[in-house]
Amino acid sequence: MLDKNGIAKRIAKEVKDGMYVNLGIGIPTLVANYVPEGIEVILQSENGLLGMGPFPWEGEEDADLINAGKQTVTTLPGSSIFDSAMSFGMIRAQKVDLTILGAMEVSENGDIANWKVPGKMVKGMGGAMDLVASAKNIIVAMQHCDKAGNSKLLPHCTLPLTGIHCIQKVVTDLGVFDIKDGAFHLVERAADVSIEEIQAKTAGKLVIPEAVGIVQ
Amino acid sequence: MGFNKVVKNANEACQGIEDGMTLMVGGFGLCGIPENCIAELVNKKVKELTCISNNAGVDDFGLGLLLQGKQVKKMISSYVGENAEFERQMLSGELEVELIPQGTLATRCMAAGYGMPAIYTPAGVGTEVAEGKETRVFNGKTYLMEYAFDADFAIVKAWKGDTLGNLIFRSTARNFNPMMAMAGKITIAEVEELVPAGSLDPDQIHTPGIYVHRIFQGAKFEKRIEQRTTRKRDGSC
Repeated sequence: MLDKNGIAKRIAKEVKDGMYVNLGIGIPTLVANYVPEGIEVILQSENGLLGMGPFPWEGEEDADLINAGKQTVTTLPGSSIFDSAMSFGMIRAQKVDLTILGAMEVSENGDIANWKVPGKMVKGMGGAMDLVASAKNIIVAMQHCDKAGNSKLLPHCTLPLTGIHCIQKVVTDLGVFDIKDGAFHLVERAADVSIEEIQAKTAGKLVIPEAVGIVQ
Repeated sequence: MGFNKVVKNANEACQGIEDGMTLMVGGFGLCGIPENCIAELVNKKVKELTCISNNAGVDDFGLGLLLQGKQVKKMISSYVGENAEFERQMLSGELEVELIPQGTLATRCMAAGYGMPAIYTPAGVGTEVAEGKETRVFNGKTYLMEYAFDADFAIVKAWKGDTLGNLIFRSTARNFNPMMAMAGKITIAEVEELVPAGSLDPDQIHTPGIYVHRIFQGAKFEKRIEQRTTRKRDGSC
């Protein structure tokens, strides 16, 4: 099984040279640590920053310079700053090449639920609905099952939706899945996870090709 | 004679804000919030406010201070975590909350400032956000119609401003401030540094003074950091 860093490392392989990338909170943030040498990407933070750099050195925090998770960050040579309307304008206009975000549920037709659990305190969708409605290339990073052991790869989402027909790829602790033609297509499995286990833990329609790779 | 936009302080800037009004309040989290005016609204004890702001502050800072005083009737925001009093009032039904996508929030402000009655966005199509809203298909994709906001006052925070109301923001404290500045019937700007007209380079102005009705230099800016994340000098994160 892949741990959080393993999931992030695998997703980093999907990041190509020259991409503008938006990373959500949680596992997606870790992806930045595994972008291969020789590949240049520019990170977009939807509060209004392109070219997000690492956390500042201790003592150099700037209250005016934060990311979408409200963490203090830095700029890089070539960074740019803009307002919130332009930030979502570039997202809506599909200028951002790749969006990586977490989810509570994903369905076999590419729907995603990641913002609200009925009966629990609702914090809000933030920028997630804008991102999933517009991005042309979205990868979801999440655990395959919830804490009770229920599959999060479903025929239909049961939680309130964030967006519909928008997710193309899911990377979980068990493997990598493409979503197309109303099904999850197994692309790679974690080295120590059997196809039978993946089948048992995937509630949505699962297509298993003859050759399934191993997550490296 | 001429343009009299400069006011003495937050108290003078907030004249005319009354119970039941709709206010836009700039900032993202605690970054770039008009903290002097928020303090003044607490002092003023205005109630039944509708606040349009991306977030709702924390318990003891930002818009959280207005919530503590039970001055807010309704919040229109995209994300409202990090605030226990907010949660209590929301669950007890004392506070009405309308959650909308962040880009929709920004664009509804922008539309008001650009004189457009509504915009179309794909954000929220197929979700509960779309319930009751008009949709339209363009080039095979469905969009929601979202109305421009209508706010009595917009309260923003800028880094520098001049006596004619021209504003320059600093770093990501820009966020929602420029579009809210454009959207208020009356716009109040509090700035870290107020300079004479002519001191700022016209090419560097983010918000032209035509949108700003009242401007003052804030007495004090705490600029609290919500999530202090750093790298240690020894190289670890």
